[in-house]
Amino acid sequence: MSQTSNCLCPPALDVAGLESVYETLASALDAVGREQGELFLVKLALLCAREIGDAQVLQALVERAQKDL
Amino acid sequence: MHQPHAEPRPSIYYRYQVHAPWLASAHAAQPRHPVVIVGAGPVGLTAALELARQGVPCVLLESQLQVSEGSRAIVFTRRSMEILQQVGVSQRVSESGLPWRFGNSIYRGQRVFRMQAPHDEDDRFFPMINLQQQYLEEYLIDAALAHPLIDLRWGNRVAEVMQQEGFARLQVETPEGVYALQADWLVACDGARSGIRSAMGLQMEGASYEGRFVIADIRIDLPLPTERLAYFDPDWNRGNTILMHREPHGIWRVDYQLPPGEDPQQALQPASLKERIDAQLAMIGFAGTPWTLDWSSVYSARALTLPDYVHGSVIFCGDAAHMLPIFGVRGANTGFQDAQALAWRLALVARGVAPRSLLASYSSERVGAAREIVDEAGKSTRFMAPPTRGYRLLRDAVLSLSLSEPFVGPLFHWRTSRPHAYGQSQLNSTQDDNQLFEAGPGHGAPPQNVRLGEGDFLLDHLGGHFDLLYFTDGAAVPAPLQAAAAAARARGVPLRIIAVSRTGDAVAGADLVLQDRHGRCRLRYGVPAAGAAYLLRPDQHICARWLTLDAERLQSALESALAISLSVESL
Repeated sequence: MSQTSNCLCPPALDVAGLESVYETLASALDAVGREQGELFLVKLALLCAREIGDAQVLQALVERAQKDL
Repeated sequence: MHQPHAEPRPSIYYRYQVHAPWLASAHAAQPRHPVVIVGAGPVGLTAALELARQGVPCVLLESQLQVSEGSRAIVFTRRSMEILQQVGVSQRVSESGLPWRFGNSIYRGQRVFRMQAPHDEDDRFFPMINLQQQYLEEYLIDAALAHPLIDLRWGNRVAEVMQQEGFARLQVETPEGVYALQADWLVACDGARSGIRSAMGLQMEGASYEGRFVIADIRIDLPLPTERLAYFDPDWNRGNTILMHREPHGIWRVDYQLPPGEDPQQALQPASLKERIDAQLAMIGFAGTPWTLDWSSVYSARALTLPDYVHGSVIFCGDAAHMLPIFGVRGANTGFQDAQALAWRLALVARGVAPRSLLASYSSERVGAAREIVDEAGKSTRFMAPPTRGYRLLRDAVLSLSLSEPFVGPLFHWRTSRPHAYGQSQLNSTQDDNQLFEAGPGHGAPPQNVRLGEGDFLLDHLGGHFDLLYFTDGAAVPAPLQAAAAAARARGVPLRIIAVSRTGDAVAGADLVLQDRHGRCRLRYGVPAAGAAYLLRPDQHICARWLTLDAERLQSALESALAISLSVESL
């Protein structure tokens, strides 16, 4: 497996960090429940966009997330 | 036979005056008129007054015998006030209207965003002023009746328009029957449901949105300031938006979105109105406060424009030319700019000073403005009344975030109507120094007002002519410039030279001298030194500016702005 080449955001999340995000998101989705899951994820996406601070990066991430659904 | 409603419309605050219909039998035979305007609403009246001011007579046909039913347009922008100043009614609007500059967005009882519209000491008018449309129409009608060049005909309904070679034939219905009328130019200001537009089969382009809104005017005593109040997703109307505005005479506008699929007529039933208005009042802490309904209506959000406003001898203006969403007060406020943009061109074409082709730039400039508004209004509308599941999710996420994350606040600020800058207009000079200025209004921009002294502003002195603002410290306008101005005037071009100087002493060759004691005007116009100049069109938009003006470049700018040639021999 190769690393994604076009990530402009160092430092890359290490495996432990990625595992931690995995757990956090799963728990949060369970906690907010099916009804509010989508709303929660959209809020999260907007907050992440705010942290990233670059609409073009977000645009690229949206395209990558739309793959292989 | 056209039988307009002849009883005063009911209102709890406005006394309607019913005017007598104009009857052909009581008047001499009709010559061909240079201009006939259809519709004596705010746009038609403004167009008539601007034309009259520029020396062109017009017939103004109004199918009704009285002013608008209900308050309709209630918020007028600073630019609208500057235009209304040009036609002589801004004083009356200022005296009776309620000025404001703050807009509040409220969600779950919390103010999540407060918009503050800019207002500086160089502005004569507030960013917004609230006044019911009946009053505005009344003031405009008083001004029109006082003008000998305006022939206002109540109870005259256009039944048919036939385009001829170079003019239009009309069939006009009155309470006594039909008469024929001919016009070199027919200006359709007959509103969003324009009968002329429909009869000509013209298609508008753009989008219609699903959301429907009720407008209700109620008399109620609420101890709240004149600010826009927007309530998002309230408990009593989940997912939808409610707007409130204070109007003069103790009236409040309540504007709420209907649930999808609800029948508009059902929504206007007294019981339905009462239940919802009571729920809104309860939510804002005024449960049980007595109120009386004055008027109610239903509208839907649309963002549409004709792709061309000039069709043969028929010209469209205001809502007849475009239908714009109410968010951002874009209806009448856009219409005033249309009327102003059209009137000076039509006056010069009607007087034979400029060719018909000058009117093409009216269409391109104003269609461009409408498309820009359609685009901006679309963003506002998608936030206020989300059209799809995705937009609703995003809107709801923003509402939820807004309680704790102020960064989303600006998404609540729907873009308010503002004057369009005609940066790409073919009327702008190609030979001037526009690019060399570091400040000040550029090509096609609306003018910057400047406070010259106590109760005295730059725009009080400009408009209705081409105004050459000539910045000088000397005692005379240079002779070649005077000669170029004289040559243009000899061709019928209405041109004034307005000297702007620090001393205010007499300047030979200037029609008017304005004293810029503290250099404020130079500052706001980015003028580094004497000898610079701005050329403003009769609608006050900038069409040329120079760091150092000379006669040749003045002539060139006037030629561009009028689509004419001013031959060198005439200089």
